[in-house]
Amino acid sequence: MNRIPAALRRKPLLLLTLVAASLVAALALAGPASAGLLAPEHDGSPNAERIADLYWIIFAIALVVFAVVEGALIYSMVKFRARPGAVAAQIRGNTRLEIGWTVGAAVILVALAVVTFIELPGIRTPENSGADGLKLANGTLLASSPTKALPPNGKSLNICVNGQQYIWRYTYQSDCRNNDFKAPFAYTTMVVPTDTTVTLDITGQDVIHSWWIPRLGGKFDAVPGSYNHTWFKIPGSMAGETFAGQCAELCGRNHADMVAAVRAVKPAEFETWLDQQKQAIADADNAAQEQRKTYGGTASPSTSP
Amino acid sequence: MAATTETTATLKPVPQIVTRTVRPAPRGWVSWATTTDHKRIGIMYMVTTFVFFLMGGAEALMMRLQLGSPNNTLIAPQTYNALFTMHGTTMVFLFVVPMMAGFGNYFVPLMIGARDMAFPKLNALSYWLLVAGGVVFYGSLFFSAPEAGWTSYTPLSSVAYSPTNGMDAWIFLIHLTGLSSLVGAVNFYATIANMRAPGMGWGRLPLFVWAILTYSLLLIVALPVIGGAVTLLLTDRHFGTHFYDPSQGGSPLLWQHLFWFFGHPEVYIMVLPAFGIISEVLPVFARKPIFGYKAIAAATVIIAFLGLLVWAHHMFATPSPAIVLVFFMLSSFLIAVPTGVKIFNWIATLWRGTIEFTTSLLFCVGFIGTFVMGGITGIFLAVFPVDWQLTDTYFVVAHLHYVLMGGSVFGIFAGIYYWFPKITGRMLSEGLGKLSFALMLVGFHVTFLIQHSMGLSGMPRRVYRYPDVGNLATYNLISTIGSFILATGILITVLNVIRSVRRGTVAGPDPWKANTLEWFTTSPPPVNNFDLVPRVRSVEPMKDIRRQVERQSGGGEQPAQPVEESLIRG
Repeated sequence: MNRIPAALRRKPLLLLTLVAASLVAALALAGPASAGLLAPEHDGSPNAERIADLYWIIFAIALVVFAVVEGALIYSMVKFRARPGAVAAQIRGNTRLEIGWTVGAAVILVALAVVTFIELPGIRTPENSGADGLKLANGTLLASSPTKALPPNGKSLNICVNGQQYIWRYTYQSDCRNNDFKAPFAYTTMVVPTDTTVTLDITGQDVIHSWWIPRLGGKFDAVPGSYNHTWFKIPGSMAGETFAGQCAELCGRNHADMVAAVRAVKPAEFETWLDQQKQAIADADNAAQEQRKTYGGTASPSTSP
Repeated sequence: MAATTETTATLKPVPQIVTRTVRPAPRGWVSWATTTDHKRIGIMYMVTTFVFFLMGGAEALMMRLQLGSPNNTLIAPQTYNALFTMHGTTMVFLFVVPMMAGFGNYFVPLMIGARDMAFPKLNALSYWLLVAGGVVFYGSLFFSAPEAGWTSYTPLSSVAYSPTNGMDAWIFLIHLTGLSSLVGAVNFYATIANMRAPGMGWGRLPLFVWAILTYSLLLIVALPVIGGAVTLLLTDRHFGTHFYDPSQGGSPLLWQHLFWFFGHPEVYIMVLPAFGIISEVLPVFARKPIFGYKAIAAATVIIAFLGLLVWAHHMFATPSPAIVLVFFMLSSFLIAVPTGVKIFNWIATLWRGTIEFTTSLLFCVGFIGTFVMGGITGIFLAVFPVDWQLTDTYFVVAHLHYVLMGGSVFGIFAGIYYWFPKITGRMLSEGLGKLSFALMLVGFHVTFLIQHSMGLSGMPRRVYRYPDVGNLATYNLISTIGSFILATGILITVLNVIRSVRRGTVAGPDPWKANTLEWFTTSPPPVNNFDLVPRVRSVEPMKDIRRQVERQSGGGEQPAQPVEESLIRG
């Protein structure tokens, strides 16, 4: 005698319909228009795109699970409400059914794990820079690290990101552990060349901060005493755009105001900007030295008020 | 005494009548302050924690007011940081966990047919330690409130970046409430292990008691870790140690590991007793036995075990090796299986029942429907590359409120409506109850559903203001409106309780025709609970007792439909 309710026996068909419907719905919704409402923002870098792809796959599966479970709940509330003369079936369990849904839940999760492992390398491992990217002949900006993932050809523009209460500092140099005082740096807005793989070494100066530009991928905590790594590659068509973000880990009273931005420019323009930045920093250093001489103080900052 | 010591010359002792002054039963506040009766302690737990719930709720409303419009200047950043720190800490340490202890205190002895907890004086100590923790913590309001969030990540919580004593008040709150819960947990364990009614084997233990047993074990495992962690923080702050100081060889991530090793089991400490309440209430109002008793009890224990193995999924964005990320992703997936099993079992309990739409049942169904959504968003967060986008945003805020507010709090409200007649002897108004439920359900989803989109739009959590970009202003306004609907719903239950304590319909011992032993005694129960403890012959002793009464009084109602042989399990 088959005691499994009719609605459950029809479930495979119901399930297929729901999968199809939710996939169609997910694909229809998956557009740049829905980023921010139903999915993370993602249009600035391949790794961000792949995170969003993974998100949509989970979303489609989740929609099916959601519909089946909430549907069964609402159906039973309506169908089995107390009516005069109705008698409750004194069922204490059904081993086959219970093993069935345990295995079913496990299978869904195995599928999710497989999908994640397929998408993972494309998210974590940086790509090679494009043909129109910055020509990284000048070795000083090349990333060099035995611990982090580099593009297959080993070439990326490396930037050291340092979170400080309440500002971001970017130093353009290859080895973040040995601070090169001559390396060009900038605050708050990071200028990067398009079509070039940029790798980031992220750390915190004082408390923990978190680096996050939503359109360029996930967030990475800036923890004092260790380095976190991520990458992005902004397509050439987005030159001139600025990508906004902000610190995502509570870092004190002005946490909300600790903003960050990444401005993408053509590689040639980037090189000009870098030279200007170097020049400006050198000028400022010279000016400071002049001032110290002029006012007769020593070079030590401890004497200044 | 003097009268009895008088000796006589005769060999045979002469029977004597000894008179003593019989003191009247103690009344007034002193009797409450000195009580060791588990029911009075339970009531004090529930009332105290509910007051903290309302305070935490008021803090939440202030935050939502501040976020109601972009770039708002209503609340200063340090006040805002203090508000979310107080809100989170209050809800976790001063409301949900001790509220479950309150239910446990009142109902575990009654449900297992015991006359009190195993250690009544320790029980009173647990309560007063909780009060001390609350007073120390809220006392900081008059000096300087803590501002580092309920997670108090180092180095932000170190003396260099949180120099005020509010941070120390937070540490002492953890110590005091931790000790309170630890003492309580040992007491629950001893009570459940030793004081069950004759015939109540482990296979006949009510599912709420299974949940409290597991809750106690988790507390015993997890609390010493946070106790140690905050002690290290205290010595770092005041006695020159450097456990969490990276410039001296310490590690800020050590704090996160210790905190979440406690913090994630804490999630299950908060939600498992709510699961237990749901498992008690559903069968009563579906008029059906619980579906898969063994599976639900086993799932409770498995969730607790797996809950100890998932902590670093809170740390996916930290610099951690890939293997760590993968391990914690998979273990977090795994925990979805027993949780799913419970949800399926609950729906199967409703299936083919005759469901009575009482307020308590509605809260249970609201719980299931809401918790499922929280579970599903939990899967998004468990996939660590996706978590990189979602963590520390309003998506996480939404997720945790779906499981904690829609989960634990709805469970607590189901418990309040279910057990209020037993505690007070009077019924709560069903009309007000249903209104309260409707407002809470709608208010909850209006507040928190849209918060997923805020997070996806790039709004981090714990920000006191946000710029007017994209749809953030609209999303936040919707959420703020929802929070006030939710608050109205909660206030209606408060009014309902105040009204019904004195003027509710008299309940009688068993108004719901329920299944467990607490309904065997009068409402409210006498000091010794039971004059006679019945022998327990099944998971539903009250059903057996009612059937026996019917048989002895000569029929009456038709016995329940005979069970089909193929469907009987265990």
